[in-house]
Amino acid sequence: MQPFQRLTAPACPLPYANIDTDQLIPARFMKRSRAEGYGGYLLHDMRFSGNGTEIADFPLNQTPHRIAQIIVARRNFGAGSSREAAVYALVDYGIRCVIAPSFGDIFASNAVNNGLLPAKVGERDGEALIGLLQETHAELTVDLETQTISAKEISIPFAIDPVWRTKLLNGWDDIDITLSQADAIALFRELDSSIRPWVTPRIRDGAGQTTI
Amino acid sequence: MAGSPSGPRTLFDKLWDSHAIVTREDGQTLLWVDRHFVHEGSFHAFNKLKERGARVAHPELTFGVADHYVPTRRSGRSIDPTIQNMIDQLERNTLENGVLLFGLNDPRQGIVHVVGPEQGLTLPGLLIVCGDSHTSTHGAFGAWGFGIGASEVAHVLMTQTLWQRKPKRMRIAVDGTLAPGIGAKDIALSIIARIGADGAQGHAVEYAGSAIRALSMEGRLTLCNLSIEAGARCGMVAPDETTIAYLRGRPFAPAGDDFERAAEDWLRLKSDEDAEFDREIALNGSEIAPVVTWGVSPEDALPITMAVPDPEAISDPGKAAQIRDALAYMDLRPGQKLTEVPIDRVFIGSCTNSRIEDLRAAAQVLSGRKAMVPGLVSPGSSLVKQQAEAEGLDRIFKEAGLEWVEPGCSMCVGMNGDIVQSGERCASTTNRNFKGRQGPGARTHLMSPAMVAAAAVTGSLADVRPLIEERS
Repeated sequence: MQPFQRLTAPACPLPYANIDTDQLIPARFMKRSRAEGYGGYLLHDMRFSGNGTEIADFPLNQTPHRIAQIIVARRNFGAGSSREAAVYALVDYGIRCVIAPSFGDIFASNAVNNGLLPAKVGERDGEALIGLLQETHAELTVDLETQTISAKEISIPFAIDPVWRTKLLNGWDDIDITLSQADAIALFRELDSSIRPWVTPRIRDGAGQTTI
Repeated sequence: MAGSPSGPRTLFDKLWDSHAIVTREDGQTLLWVDRHFVHEGSFHAFNKLKERGARVAHPELTFGVADHYVPTRRSGRSIDPTIQNMIDQLERNTLENGVLLFGLNDPRQGIVHVVGPEQGLTLPGLLIVCGDSHTSTHGAFGAWGFGIGASEVAHVLMTQTLWQRKPKRMRIAVDGTLAPGIGAKDIALSIIARIGADGAQGHAVEYAGSAIRALSMEGRLTLCNLSIEAGARCGMVAPDETTIAYLRGRPFAPAGDDFERAAEDWLRLKSDEDAEFDREIALNGSEIAPVVTWGVSPEDALPITMAVPDPEAISDPGKAAQIRDALAYMDLRPGQKLTEVPIDRVFIGSCTNSRIEDLRAAAQVLSGRKAMVPGLVSPGSSLVKQQAEAEGLDRIFKEAGLEWVEPGCSMCVGMNGDIVQSGERCASTTNRNFKGRQGPGARTHLMSPAMVAAAAVTGSLADVRPLIEERS
């Protein structure tokens, strides 16, 4: 996983609350292989009209914002389904950080697993950033080490779970850490089988019951 | 420290403690996963497995269910090749790894969150994960169920464990008696309207109170299912006699003396009397009216007796803009009475409301009446379908003019061929009224199965209560 330390990049304001995962990537595109890239489907139905033409006044379609690597949105960004494809769409488009007052829990977790920083800011600070970007098309600097976002005269703090911060700073992958815990897992299983003997499914492939 | 193993603990604390393998200094805890469900959408995770040359570590605890992409009109029709490919991939991935699959033609096939409980795979005290946000459903049994993304699915497939940080604990108590025609869906939407679609973010929710205790397992499944729509990754109800009675005799649940011993353990799974919660919410059940959504987030919910909100009357400019945007998408007027919103279509189904009790509630209203609009009824599983047909419910739906189809996620997810056409307005028993959720440009109003039936026979959003009173 690519580490995230400090990023200075163009940012796009998306002044909407509840940008859910169905907006981030509509379900009909999720059959495709990741190898094809999901960036073209990011916010598809907000970016394009029914006949496939770009919606001119959508911020991400405006020339200065097209190359954004940072998105600033309102509360509850990424609410909804667990589809990691929502994060793939952002990452494949080139987005490396989303700034919002709150995030869907599963989305935020998926984001961190793909090196995308979910930076949580206060409502007022978020509005200030949106206002600034609407006026000036500024670049933002996001510093994960110091947990600050700065642009021109503005400098605001952001919050992130400390564990996620460490993981992003180092680009760590959980699986290798887990595999090193094999002994602890074996010990847990041994104890657990006497405490909760009813955990194991009774049949591997039952004949199937006939009533509900 | 509150919630430590020595002091009074909540139900969630107990579930957490019984699954914790090791806790790092930074607070991350490695948890053992008791059940892992995979579906057609899990292909990204299986691909990650292949990239590492790994196999499923515990196939005996992993179960496949074909639900998201399966067509609901199957006989005599050819399946779209891209959808067939999704179903084939799941079959290959489960077969290659020795994972039991409830596939397209299995007599137990259905929606994962209906099949798990039905088969007794979902039990109290278990940690259950699935690459689907509505895995919160399984909390109805006093299990800890939560949705995970593809990276986490791959991690569970390879290790049967997951790293998590302990969420905060929230209790939502609903006391009092629900009026006739009011159900779990109305409770859930009332909660979401009150605390917001992000109101329970970062929290594990426990539902408590006399109105919750009085719910059937089907009702509790609906309630816990919708926890994620309030932002909570999991929601749960402590096991009681209702839970035990539901589980007895289920194929994968313990049997005989093993069951009785397990039941004793399960009935002990509850919050200690003086256990502390980080946040408490209370609702009066007797005040809950039938609820419908008017906007594009489940928090945009109101009693059916109310009117569409007016953004001009809202002082917060952000909130006003959000309402304006929702009304434009939904094609509604500020101040319009909700009962004066005409509909084009109805849908009864999804992991939220497709169980036998849901179908009975809808059929009770539809019996002897005609639907004014077309609609689809998709039972949650083949077993639910079989039971409904034995009770003659299918005839009631068909005689009312609705289509009775096969089980699957159907018109809830917009990925299996069942969609609401652009610009159409659908009264739906599903869980998300997001823009485009049921198809590009589709307009969704969420409500209970009884309320969908009332909308069907009225042709507009409608209060089900007078329709029920006429019957009694």
